[in-house]
Amino acid sequence: MKSYVTGFVLSVILTAIPFWLVMGDVLATPRATAMAVMVFGAIQIVVHMVYFLHMNTKAEGGWTMLALIFTVVFVVITLSGSLWVMYHLNTNMMPMTPHDMRNMP
Amino acid sequence: MQAAHDAPRGEKPVFYVTDGHEHVHSGDSTALGFWVYLMSDCLIFAVLFATYGVLGRNFAAGPTPADLFDLPLVAINTAMLLFSSITYGFAMLAMEKGKQSSVLLWLGITGLFGAAFIGIELYEFSHLIHLGATPQRSAFLSSFFALVGTHGLHVTVGIIWLITLMVQVRRRGLGAENRRRLMCLSMFWHFLDVIWIGVFSFVYLMGVLQ
Repeated sequence: MKSYVTGFVLSVILTAIPFWLVMGDVLATPRATAMAVMVFGAIQIVVHMVYFLHMNTKAEGGWTMLALIFTVVFVVITLSGSLWVMYHLNTNMMPMTPHDMRNMP
Repeated sequence: MQAAHDAPRGEKPVFYVTDGHEHVHSGDSTALGFWVYLMSDCLIFAVLFATYGVLGRNFAAGPTPADLFDLPLVAINTAMLLFSSITYGFAMLAMEKGKQSSVLLWLGITGLFGAAFIGIELYEFSHLIHLGATPQRSAFLSSFFALVGTHGLHVTVGIIWLITLMVQVRRRGLGAENRRRLMCLSMFWHFLDVIWIGVFSFVYLMGVLQ
């Protein structure tokens, strides 16, 4: 009971803050807001894992944790690799803003 | 088993049990197996997130996230899923105490929150399509509908599973099998909430920023 309520209260706080940051336009630059949103999202994912999914290092002799670590490593490589490669591909292509697109010959 | 056919006539056939242990499904390893399934599902979502991350800024001179996304609606949607997570938690606590009617009540409330989530999402999708922001419009919208639609499909399947389990619990009570099934759905449901954290942070909130 305590675990679920703690997780729920933390989740509400960790959801409300990023929505407030974006909707209230609190931080100076969009980049700072984006960083804050990602950090709060990551913290909330950990909160859900611990309080709702009851992740720990002992369950199933540590195999659930090992599967999770493997998946996280895989996901990080997939996401960061795709974004990194495609970002550089985009910057090496001809720049094209929405304005340029509308006025294409 | 083969030995039974080879036994000479008149002699008592000899059986060999090829498998050393009896096949009684104890369910001890189900949690781990289901966890491995969830991790593989996580990879599907990782690929969809990566696709959205790569294509999410290719608007083809079409509408951008700032034009389309309605953040208060997304906030309500997020609240629905969060509420459904804690009500499922209460159902699990009631299950541990063996209170069947309480389990059914909390499962029902969870299902209603899930249905509200799906309803709001379908409303959002139909609104977007009404505006002409269909999956065909741009790479951004294709990847958006693929990612958010896959998540919505998972929640829909979760609701169907939930209703099935409610019927099972009502008819068969809270036996070991039903407890195991409820635990698996619990993991599935909380996992979908975890994915939604990524969706509202990465797609909606960061999309509106620029």
